[in-house]
Amino acid sequence: MEKILMKGNEACAEAAIRAGCKCYFGYPITPQNEITAYMSKHLPKIDGGVFVQAESEIGAINMIYGCAGSGSRCMTSSSSPGISLKSEGISYIVGADLPCVIVNVQRGGPGLGTIQPSQADYWQATKAIGHGDMRIPILAPASAQEMVDMTLKAFRIAEEYRTPVMILADGLLGQMMEPVSFDNKSLPEADSSWAANGHANSRPKNTINSLYLDPLELEQKIKERFKRYEQITEKEVGAVYDKGAKIVVAAYGSTARVARSAVDKARAEGINAGLFRPQTLWPFPKKQLIEATENAKVVLVTEMSMGQMVDDVKMSLEFKLPVQFFGRTGGFVPNPDEILTKIKELEVSDNA
Amino acid sequence: MMTYEVLTAGFGGQGVLFVGKMLAEIGLLDGKEVSWFPSYGPAMRGGTCNCSVVVSDRPIGSPVVSHPNLLIAMNGPSYDKFIGTVAPDGKAFVDSTLTNPEDSAAKPCDGVRIFSIPATKLAVDNDLIGMANIIILGKLIKETAFASLETVEKAMTGVTKGKERLFALNMKALKLGMEY
Repeated sequence: MEKILMKGNEACAEAAIRAGCKCYFGYPITPQNEITAYMSKHLPKIDGGVFVQAESEIGAINMIYGCAGSGSRCMTSSSSPGISLKSEGISYIVGADLPCVIVNVQRGGPGLGTIQPSQADYWQATKAIGHGDMRIPILAPASAQEMVDMTLKAFRIAEEYRTPVMILADGLLGQMMEPVSFDNKSLPEADSSWAANGHANSRPKNTINSLYLDPLELEQKIKERFKRYEQITEKEVGAVYDKGAKIVVAAYGSTARVARSAVDKARAEGINAGLFRPQTLWPFPKKQLIEATENAKVVLVTEMSMGQMVDDVKMSLEFKLPVQFFGRTGGFVPNPDEILTKIKELEVSDNA
Repeated sequence: MMTYEVLTAGFGGQGVLFVGKMLAEIGLLDGKEVSWFPSYGPAMRGGTCNCSVVVSDRPIGSPVVSHPNLLIAMNGPSYDKFIGTVAPDGKAFVDSTLTNPEDSAAKPCDGVRIFSIPATKLAVDNDLIGMANIIILGKLIKETAFASLETVEKAMTGVTKGKERLFALNMKALKLGMEY
């Protein structure tokens, strides 16, 4: 298995091309520019490949709307402020049941914030990525290799359930280089019999639309979509975790890497700590969290935010366990010692 | 089993990120787990710049190095900023053309070994301008068990692929550092 050193951003872009992504529309923003740059260099070289640097993020997401409607595999990427701009378009794409992949390499906010890593878009991604009765699956990679694997998974889920899928990375994952392998990375062609594209009257015409003036019709549409959400919740949820720990540290993405170091140090000192790392943030891996916390006295959520995943952890556990929080925000990546200190505090209060 | 947590630091333009990438490529060739994370931001030539590299037998947790066991400090500000963070058993490699550790107010922990090498001067004297980073890498390879010369040469071949002149110059710089 050949491994090459690549930035998370580049690995994501290459994986999208391997997944058969034909069209990319985007607008530059740090810290995700390597995705756009990679696509501009490599997509035009492949058969049918299209790269467009749009006039804005709003332009890019609406190009995705049109492109996805024609049944072509497509992707856009941005970072936090740019994702806010795409929000309206994402809602339309959900309303029209179109598959596409959206990458958010998070930076600090609100506003222009900072270009340094952050996880402050958790609420936006999981609860309010667009207006209306809707969700989209949110995948949370924690390494360059997962940037590859989850990009392929994102296209597969998008097409299987006819929905946009978001990869929620962060500046650290995007900028970091790690060895990656692209062995056996490809995706079969999807059914696109619903697409609105040229067919020379060989079939009835397809319509792409998100407007339903008749409440009965819209309610049915939404209920049908929520049936698909149930299936996604059943089949596509993912997490990796240690079992039997007394102190469970819950973290995703880059912070999970730091938390892993902290948990390993705690264990070396004889503390029964474990890590719970969700790989999907919506749907949240509730069953897995319950299993990971069977023996737990306390859960410590760590994030690069003021604590946005905390609610999902509390609700998944039905408020049966104490849930504590430690985070850094504003562009800081926590260091393992900070988390270790918090684990030790909990260990002591646990025994008191 | 050893985990190398390396911090490379200096001015933008000195090849701080490149020497970090070389360390990661060398680790990869040795079959290790590796990560490379640059400081990024509105940087400019002459501004400060640093890069975290982790090379380990085990899967890597945090890719951000806060207590390096190997430090490459290519200028005074980097030495001042990072020397105090080096782990007690660590080694620091310092470009003594641009900084004198003895003049610095910042002090290392007990047990830290400092290797000074006038890398920038050596580069200038040997028509290797811009390769002070590789000269320091040579010194690091000599003074640690990080990797064999053979692996370094192989990594250099990969990184300079198709540019034989560049390969030769880099190897010359590397050996200069190893022999100093």
